[in-house]
Amino acid sequence: MPPKRLDPREFLSTTRLVVVAGKGGVGKTTVTAVLARAAADAGLRVLAVDLDGKPTLADLVGDVPHLSLTAPDALADYLETHGLKRVAKRLAASGIIDVVSTAAPGIDDIVVLGKLKSLERSGDHDLIVVDGPAAGHAITFLLSARGLLDTVRGGPIRTQALDVLEMLGDPTRCQVVLVTLPETTPVNELVETAYALEEHVGVQLGPVVVNGVDAGDGDLVIPDGADPALAAAASFRNARRAMHHREIERLSDALAIDQIHLPHVVTAGITRDDIARLAAGL
Amino acid sequence: MARRPPASAPEPVLVVEPVATTAAELSAALGAAEVVVCCGSGGVGKTTTAAVLGLQLARDGRRVVVVTIDPAKRLADALGLAGGLTNDPSRLDVDAPGELWAMMLDTAATFDGLVRANAPSPEQAERILANRFYRNIAGALSGTQEYMAAERLHALHDDPHFDVVIVDTPPTRNALDFLEAPGTLARFLDHPLFKLLMMPTRRGLKVLNVAAQPVLRTIGKVVGGDVLADAIAFFQAFDGMETGFRDRADAVMALLRSDATRYVLVAAPKRDTIDEARYFAARLREATLGVSALVVNRSTPSFGIPDQAVGRDTADPVLSALWANHDELAAIAAAEHDQLAPLVADVAPAPVCWVPMLPGDVHDVAGLHEIRRLLFGPDRPTG
Repeated sequence: MPPKRLDPREFLSTTRLVVVAGKGGVGKTTVTAVLARAAADAGLRVLAVDLDGKPTLADLVGDVPHLSLTAPDALADYLETHGLKRVAKRLAASGIIDVVSTAAPGIDDIVVLGKLKSLERSGDHDLIVVDGPAAGHAITFLLSARGLLDTVRGGPIRTQALDVLEMLGDPTRCQVVLVTLPETTPVNELVETAYALEEHVGVQLGPVVVNGVDAGDGDLVIPDGADPALAAAASFRNARRAMHHREIERLSDALAIDQIHLPHVVTAGITRDDIARLAAGL
Repeated sequence: MARRPPASAPEPVLVVEPVATTAAELSAALGAAEVVVCCGSGGVGKTTTAAVLGLQLARDGRRVVVVTIDPAKRLADALGLAGGLTNDPSRLDVDAPGELWAMMLDTAATFDGLVRANAPSPEQAERILANRFYRNIAGALSGTQEYMAAERLHALHDDPHFDVVIVDTPPTRNALDFLEAPGTLARFLDHPLFKLLMMPTRRGLKVLNVAAQPVLRTIGKVVGGDVLADAIAFFQAFDGMETGFRDRADAVMALLRSDATRYVLVAAPKRDTIDEARYFAARLREATLGVSALVVNRSTPSFGIPDQAVGRDTADPVLSALWANHDELAAIAAAEHDQLAPLVADVAPAPVCWVPMLPGDVHDVAGLHEIRRLLFGPDRPTG
């Protein structure tokens, strides 16, 4: 089946946890905000989650409920709910998260995934949209559960890892949305990430989001003798549109996954209003 | 699903003329540099910028090596690194009086080398290298990559074969961690776990007592006893090696803080990359180090002012579309300049170089030359 343009609303009600992943600079946070906004506008109870503790996502989603979930917070939370409350504060405060995650790589990821799993299980939200880690880290992040099963042979972390694996393997509970720009390197990296996720993690891939598409209505016509400044601007625009078209074609050839296209926003800094417009335009 | 690599894209076509740049200022800023550190967030073209600066310096007759962390595949091809990860420099064929070499940092191999150089005996080195905990941190501990990049940079700087080392930092906020106060230990010996483990040993307590500490007991409960035992064995194997590591770290730090080292910030006109660049600028300022240049990649170029005789209010739909497009791009370019203004102010008086968004990726040396001309101006005839 060839890839097609997808109605995002259809997708947003098929699963409960969406992890948005993509290379730095492709607009992961924008896409997270647009999906959260669109789902909220469609009447779903949505929670938008960032994992970096930065205020950007919270700004962009406006009145959609938001949670900032960093690894140290998740670890402290984890320790508290596992009978280790007394040392939890001391551990997190003294940077011990670094020690723990060094001793058993992936433990910081698994406590975050574990927290997402309990949010997903709580029934308080129809949809949780997570501004996930950058592409390279997305694979290790999602692989952390499997990796820990090899190193940790018992105890609460193992149970946690098993629960997370179960969620990742169930498309009605969790899917991954990969984001790219219609440019060569981001498209190549998305294709690599998609194959790696399918092969190693076994998580269901939702639609691919192509962000910043300058679609336009065909080429601008540049008549002979046109003003040089106007002509230069037009050929720049035509070249960019041609590149976007070419890269979207290439992505469709390489990956049989439905696509969502977000138009290029004519601004240098995206705002909450832009997000609302993009969500309405889906 | 069968793996099918995407077909490679057609040749990019440059549609923009080289913009007026602060080419002379940029050349002057890099003039006597022995080390150039390129900082910026992921996806802003940091590696490309590092390679382009290297190309220009090679044209100036210098022998340059570019150390990159994780180049995009096509750029790796352009840099002759298609064979995959190699910790040894390979030379590029670049028709220049100087030389251009490139290498990809292998964090784990660099770390192994450092352990071998500092261990009192080959046996102790092997004990450390074989430790499971070591294998985990050598590649993955946060900050290790940054530290090893600095270590490699120092070694290449000492190598008489190279005049200039250009390093492309990892795309993390920790990229400048190696600038932290002189006199600190190498980052991983500063590790809280190391301190915890070493304290009791120095007090003359038995090794076995270490694992009985409450904090370690807690960690053991969470991660499992065998994982913890590996960690303890590792740090104890390191006992006595701190001095060598500290001396080495001090030497690296002294180089990074010397006049021979220049810092080039790389950003794109997007909020997140600008925030990251401002963060780096602030870190450098705290360390009383200046920014030598700011390179803004992927900017919307300016196309000049159209002849008003053609008229924005034309009834001709073709011309009217051209006007609308021109005005839209001009508005984007103006918005980008506004957005970059705080960063430009942060780095003043450093030159700011705008590289327009190109319709394709750099995938060969010719592509690097195109960008070099955008940064440093058109080539003058030789002779």
